[in-house]
Amino acid sequence: MNFARTKVFLLERTALYFKYIKTFFLGAVALGSQYTKTCLLATITVCFLVSLFKNQFNSYWLFIGYDIGVNIILAVSLNLINGYTGQFSLGHAGFMAVGAYTAAVITNQFGELNVFFAGAVFLGALLAGGLVAAVTGLLVGIPTLRLRGDYLAIVTLGFGEIIRVIFQNMNAVGGARGLSVSHGWTNFFWAFGFAAVTVYVVTTLVHSTYGRGFIAVRDDEVAASAMGINPTKYKVTAFVIGAFFAGIAGGLYAHSKQFITPGGFNFMESIAIVVMVILGGMGNTIGVILAAVLLTLLPEFLRPVAEYRMIIYSLLLIILMLTRPQGLFSWRKLKN
Amino acid sequence: MTEFLQQLINGVAFGSILALIALGYTMVYGILRFINFAHGDVFMLGAFAGFYLAPKVATFLPMPSIGGGLAVMGISMAICAVVGIVIEKLAYRPLRRSPKLTVLITAIGVSLLIEYTCQNNHVFGAAPKSFPAIFPAHHITQLGGLSLNSNQIVVFAVTLLLLFALRFVVLKTKIGMAMRALSFNPEAAALMGINTDVVISFTFGLGSALAGAAGILFAVNYPAIDPLMGIMPGLKAFVAAVLGGIGNLPGAALGGIIIGVTETLVAGYISSTYRDAIAFGILILILLVKPSGLLGKKEIEKV
Repeated sequence: MNFARTKVFLLERTALYFKYIKTFFLGAVALGSQYTKTCLLATITVCFLVSLFKNQFNSYWLFIGYDIGVNIILAVSLNLINGYTGQFSLGHAGFMAVGAYTAAVITNQFGELNVFFAGAVFLGALLAGGLVAAVTGLLVGIPTLRLRGDYLAIVTLGFGEIIRVIFQNMNAVGGARGLSVSHGWTNFFWAFGFAAVTVYVVTTLVHSTYGRGFIAVRDDEVAASAMGINPTKYKVTAFVIGAFFAGIAGGLYAHSKQFITPGGFNFMESIAIVVMVILGGMGNTIGVILAAVLLTLLPEFLRPVAEYRMIIYSLLLIILMLTRPQGLFSWRKLKN
Repeated sequence: MTEFLQQLINGVAFGSILALIALGYTMVYGILRFINFAHGDVFMLGAFAGFYLAPKVATFLPMPSIGGGLAVMGISMAICAVVGIVIEKLAYRPLRRSPKLTVLITAIGVSLLIEYTCQNNHVFGAAPKSFPAIFPAHHITQLGGLSLNSNQIVVFAVTLLLLFALRFVVLKTKIGMAMRALSFNPEAAALMGINTDVVISFTFGLGSALAGAAGILFAVNYPAIDPLMGIMPGLKAFVAAVLGGIGNLPGAALGGIIIGVTETLVAGYISSTYRDAIAFGILILILLVKPSGLLGKKEIEKV
């Protein structure tokens, strides 16, 4: 048996399998993009049906499932800002905090409710959380989005930290001690239903005529504005939509954990979301979803080596940037 | 009034430490145009180097003494300089021609790697450690009721000394001239026969050595050190560099002092819980009003 030939054979085989997987994904994406609304409705229906059988599942895996849903929303919405519009934001956890606190304060006003009323209240609270986060995004976005690159990153990081410090000083919501959320209403339906809505909104938006502007702003701001596109307007729009979904993810997070502290939304959390976007490939929704799932599950499998988990993470990030800066699941070449 | 002056002294002491860190940021930004996120962690490594060196140095020098303290600081600075050069060589040099975002993300990765490696129980451990006294500690309370710590005097003296040393290196030596040339125009500098890799390594070494000194000074004044201690001072020092005008050395020093004083005054008079938000508030304000910073030159963007 010739070792070198075996190696070549294996390499060729691996490349072939990767090609199959790639074709499969691209095919699925193409099929999905033709019937986006049907896909969305089908996903939501499946989520609803699954949520009816939640007692059949191990609650440990159920809660990991909710985390996956929340992380998909966070990563896909950040991908609209970071990936499609090219604005490097490090403050996503701040918007998540705004949504989480708003939704929690609203639902804490209610006692035990029957299923339908609870659903309506929860939906309202989540949307309210999203809207308040969106308004915060607007307030943060208008002054900061004239900045570029590193400056924008550090300013959004600063805003995220300021939001956290404000919550730490708000005694009405428990300050640094945190706020306990009375209802654990997050379930499979809400978490993955909203994840599906986020993916639907972001993909259809980016592929619409209007949405091409986001990509134009990312690729060349000067050329885009010469073509009559207002870069600031696009950037702020992306920021507001991203913040809205981050707020909803925050509400879902609050009602799954049932306890939130300002420290849980610090900038390490923002970086964790950024890592999902980078790992998946910026501007590649499918890749980002896969990365969100992978990075939520990975800590569970790395539990035996929990001590080394974050070391592995950061090494992964550096090696990825040195060897595959376009992301794990992306085939697009990164432009300089 | 006395209380105000007291806060001012404390603020300038903290600000001097920030200024030393900010110089590293501003030098690297001036030459490579990117934020070295790992700089705050080099500062942390400086403090830990001092923690482990102090007992070793105590075997041949009297420990709480000026000479012993300076020896610990000197060796820590050398260690940090090596760490800075190694980081640049392994992580940033391969990305010299990559998009800025890639380098920024790598810098965040390096920062996380250092923090979590040091938090590991086999390295430093996550629990705070108490930093040994390396400089003799005296309290001077004569000055009209003002209390001046001898450690604060060490901070002022060392900072001034290092600032003048840096000024000498950048303005009077050949390698300093090369650094300035590189920050002015990298391509032209390379064409003039300047070995850019050597100059960039030197810049990282110099900035990291200053961060190491800052780490020791910080640990002397606030003697509980832990692997995450570099995050906040690092971010604040970056804000200081932007405030003074990034790429501008006197600006970084000035920005550090301003941030340190403002933060101490706010913590003293308003609320210490808002402490960490002050620097970012200043950053947002300065970027809105004068993005080029207090002493920076306005850069005209050409298409």
